[in-house]
Amino acid sequence: MTDDNPDRHVGRHSTTGLASPPGAPAKAAVVARGLVKTYKDVIALDGVDLTVPEGTVLGLLGPNGAGKTTTVRILTTLLHPDSGSAEVAGVDVLRDPRSVRRKIGLSGQYAAVDEYLTGYENLEMIGRLYHLGKARSRERARELLAQFHLEDAADRPSRTYSGGMRRRLDLAGALVARPPVIFLDEPTTGLDPRGRAEMWEVIQTLVAEGTTLLLTTQYLEEADVLADDIVVIDHGKVIAQGTADQLKLQVGGERLELTVADETALERAGTLLEPLGVGAPSLDPGRRSLLMPVTGGARTLTEALRRLDDAGITLDDVGLRRPTLDDVFLTLTGRPAEDDENETKGDA
Amino acid sequence: MAVPTVLSDAHVVARRNIIKIKRVPDLLVFTTLSPIMFVLLFAYVFGGAIQVPGGTDPSAYREFLMAGIFAQTVIFGATITGAGLAEDVKKGIIDRFRSLPMAPSAVLTGRTLSDVVNNVLVLVVMSLTGLLVGWAIHSSVAEAVAGFLLLIVFAYAVSWIMAWLGMLVPSVEVFNNATFIVIFPLTFVANTFVPLETLPKVLQTFAEWNPVSAVTQASRELFGNIPAGVPEPTSWPLQNAPLYTLIWTVIILAVFIPVANLQYRRSTSR
Repeated sequence: MTDDNPDRHVGRHSTTGLASPPGAPAKAAVVARGLVKTYKDVIALDGVDLTVPEGTVLGLLGPNGAGKTTTVRILTTLLHPDSGSAEVAGVDVLRDPRSVRRKIGLSGQYAAVDEYLTGYENLEMIGRLYHLGKARSRERARELLAQFHLEDAADRPSRTYSGGMRRRLDLAGALVARPPVIFLDEPTTGLDPRGRAEMWEVIQTLVAEGTTLLLTTQYLEEADVLADDIVVIDHGKVIAQGTADQLKLQVGGERLELTVADETALERAGTLLEPLGVGAPSLDPGRRSLLMPVTGGARTLTEALRRLDDAGITLDDVGLRRPTLDDVFLTLTGRPAEDDENETKGDA
Repeated sequence: MAVPTVLSDAHVVARRNIIKIKRVPDLLVFTTLSPIMFVLLFAYVFGGAIQVPGGTDPSAYREFLMAGIFAQTVIFGATITGAGLAEDVKKGIIDRFRSLPMAPSAVLTGRTLSDVVNNVLVLVVMSLTGLLVGWAIHSSVAEAVAGFLLLIVFAYAVSWIMAWLGMLVPSVEVFNNATFIVIFPLTFVANTFVPLETLPKVLQTFAEWNPVSAVTQASRELFGNIPAGVPEPTSWPLQNAPLYTLIWTVIILAVFIPVANLQYRRSTSR
């Protein structure tokens, strides 16, 4: 359980080479230190530290209620922490929130576009409120509508948009003033697979242009695709951080999952397969199933099948799957992610 | 932040709200329909049973009634401010505004100003309805304009109370219920629909000091809707109705502009 890892990882898109160690703000676009926020008797954040080097993407990963949104709200000046400090684009968030607002774009968990305004009117209004001036605001609105494939819908009230279109418009709203740092709070939650894929594409383009991005997500896969670094947060605490690959390695690459035909053979199957796994197999006698972290993919699967076949154990079902957020949580915290109120599944 | 910035930001926010009135005309239709219904109900159903000083025929009551309906309508019109803000908080639009480098006070200023536009539209429709049922203005143009201005200015102050309330409550539904409970007694325990003399003593005193009575009395005077020979009111607020109304307006603005802006800075979406 790392909580303060001095070895920062070089991002995929980072051109600056080594990222700064904590405490040296030189190349960090976002720094949070010891953020604490309590609501009545609920501790939303319990000392969160994180750093986002300039030009990289940080994925803040965790289940509902983990503290992701609270962290974003503090960093975007919407909420005051009980203690701790934060800097965004070199500006102290608590001391000079107004300067921070000039340098950030925020796209919230609940698409914060005005449903009665058209896409164009929404973006133009945001431009005016960033004080870009009338002409520049109009020009920028048209540019963004084209960039986000919303031209045809530009003059329709946004309540007629699909969920995916609305999210794209909301994201466009965060980009109006070309801020150097962008916060996206669960940009794809609730989108269908197509909407999600479209959103990923848009975000990847953005990142390629060198914007610093902090995005929150419940999906490991999303963090995997989009983020350079991932911070896993649970109950208001950072419980792990690293690149997607490092995290996956930590939870053991893939999962071998199988169901035996005869319950009495389950124990024996476990013993036979244990040497193939990178962690102990967990057995569920009720469902006659076995789950074990493995590496080596298809080769491991073939070997497992051979051993079981040799031992005369018949299977009803077998397969390999990629680790989900549930697996990360199971490994890191010893309990499934869905312990928290809602049925937060690792993957939708 | 500089005053011009506040004004230009407020203008942008107000324009957004006015676009909404255009896009959702139902809202204007319903805020106008219910007062029209009130006019018709009181003019033709209850009116016959209510005796007003200065005349026995039904047209006298309609003259009396309109200022009261105007006052009630613009106060209900002011609730649009709160309902709109409650909705904006819930939908995350307030979060968007708060994350922008705009003047914070512009959100509420823009909101309350655009609701004045709404109230003006409603007053126009109401006046036309009034003319149809036999109400008329018997004073000078200047006095009539002053009467409408007083109604608008008082409602503007009330809309700041509503702005504060709208950001305090968890939902539009709660807001609507809460304001209903407050506004109904305030607009009925007054001289809006019945002459004060008919009320029991305690209620009568309350009604005399109720600012809604003062707005109503002031517009009645300014529209020339008080027939000759009606005795002067006996209480100070109603003897000095325009002044008393303005005093309340100033007090409400002085208290609720800062309070509402403080609440805006604290408000969070769920």
